[in-house]
Amino acid sequence: MSNASSRLPGSTERRYRFIYKPLLFIACLVPLAWCISGALGLPVPALGVDPPRKVLGILGHTALNLLLITLAVTPLRQLSGNAHLLRLRRMLGVFAFTYALLHFINYVGAIQGFSGSLILKDIYKRPYITIGFAALLLLLPLAITSTNGMMRRLKRRWQSLHRLIYPIAILGVWHYWWQVKKDIREPLIYAVLLAALLGWRLWRRQRATSRSASPTAPGTA
Amino acid sequence: MRMPRPAAIRPSEITAERYFHMRRDLLAGALGLSASALLPARASANAPAAPLATLKYTRNARYSVTDKPNTFEDISGYNNFYEFGLDKSDPAANAGSLHTRPWSVTIAGEASVTGTFTIEDILKPHPLEERIYRHRCVEAWSMVIPWVGFPLADLLQRFKPTSRAKFVEFTTLLDPKQMPGQRRGVLDWPYVEALRIDEAMNPLALMVVGVYGRDLPNQNGAPLRLHLPWKYGFKSAKSIVKIRFSERQPANTWALSAPGEYGFYANVNPEVDHPRWSQASERHIGGGFFAARQPTLMFNGYAEQVAGLYKGMDLRRNF
Repeated sequence: MSNASSRLPGSTERRYRFIYKPLLFIACLVPLAWCISGALGLPVPALGVDPPRKVLGILGHTALNLLLITLAVTPLRQLSGNAHLLRLRRMLGVFAFTYALLHFINYVGAIQGFSGSLILKDIYKRPYITIGFAALLLLLPLAITSTNGMMRRLKRRWQSLHRLIYPIAILGVWHYWWQVKKDIREPLIYAVLLAALLGWRLWRRQRATSRSASPTAPGTA
Repeated sequence: MRMPRPAAIRPSEITAERYFHMRRDLLAGALGLSASALLPARASANAPAAPLATLKYTRNARYSVTDKPNTFEDISGYNNFYEFGLDKSDPAANAGSLHTRPWSVTIAGEASVTGTFTIEDILKPHPLEERIYRHRCVEAWSMVIPWVGFPLADLLQRFKPTSRAKFVEFTTLLDPKQMPGQRRGVLDWPYVEALRIDEAMNPLALMVVGVYGRDLPNQNGAPLRLHLPWKYGFKSAKSIVKIRFSERQPANTWALSAPGEYGFYANVNPEVDHPRWSQASERHIGGGFFAARQPTLMFNGYAEQVAGLYKGMDLRRNF
């Protein structure tokens, strides 16, 4: 990424740094601001009769949304040919982790009332909580290694490590699907979007391998 | 704790209500439309609701808990009533399309007196009482609710169930026009619940017509609903149109929908977990962000009155 940015024309660089990124940053903070101001009793769209539960949903949904948007960056870049989009991906990913962590903290505090034994039992005994917790744990190394310094230090291993995002996204959608009581419409939408995002990658790879396997037919794909 | 006295009927309230109905009748008449046509589901929720009529009742301390009741806003704004949508705020938003008058209840099956009765006939002989009951949802949250109603047993006795009446089944209204949630097949409509006859005759089983001293809001199951405080909330059928006595155990909606997760008995039991979550504790609604969970009590704290009904039964199997 640092290489790519040095090649950017100055004006685009400035637009990303001073306009697009700050705007995205503010947009990513909106759900959190909603939760906090609602919890403080400010007159925002209300959190309803059961604020802890509502906040749990807002934070969880936002984490999933951001995960899927992060995964959409590469296909969008490939489709649009706009390589600058990559410059937004780190912020999206780090926010996805942040919301997943806040979702967990809200679960620990507001849902389980900081009861350590309840939480451990839940993580151990409730498959959907086990899955969600696993997804959060797997996100942690990705968040830690999201800095430029870490990218430099890990070199090619950085990319291998960050492929963890695929199983994480699957676990995240699964976690949502499994805790729904009856109406699977929403988790189904997430599953379909995720399948499309992962399918796109598989299809590209398939195409790339079949191309390199048949050098006699260049450009037929 | 002591409940605030129910507000005396102020003359202003009576007037307001009369004008409300007059106005509605006038409009309906003038436009040549039925009242239902004037009340689209969503708009009616935003319109000022008809003031809920005040009820005459006595307080039954013997069957009331001393816990502080939830607010009317909690009770009428946080409901699982899938007939009006799946979100807990949906029933309050959508239940305006339900018409609770005229209303009739059909009595069928193993009883000497069967037939269809108007809600007025159903309610007339029963003096109302207020009971502050604990309400525990299978989703591990709870409330405390000051219901107004009368013992279910008193109602059932009037129909003289025969010796073959081993179970009682309660059916909720089926009308997708009034209950928009029924347009989707999330459950097998109409909603059906059932009790063993001895459970139904237990003095705790309450036929509910009001809350906080007034008529039930539609979203709480008006005009007639059950409340069985020792069972998970889904057992307490709402907006009841049919009561049937039967010899064989009827199937109940949630048990049909997910037999591994919801049973026929659905007694509150902290030792028998739901397959996907613990039932050992509950979140009390209205506690805010930093309230601790509270332990769930066997039979929701009503073991003294109902434990005898299940003597010798394996409650892990009969969940």
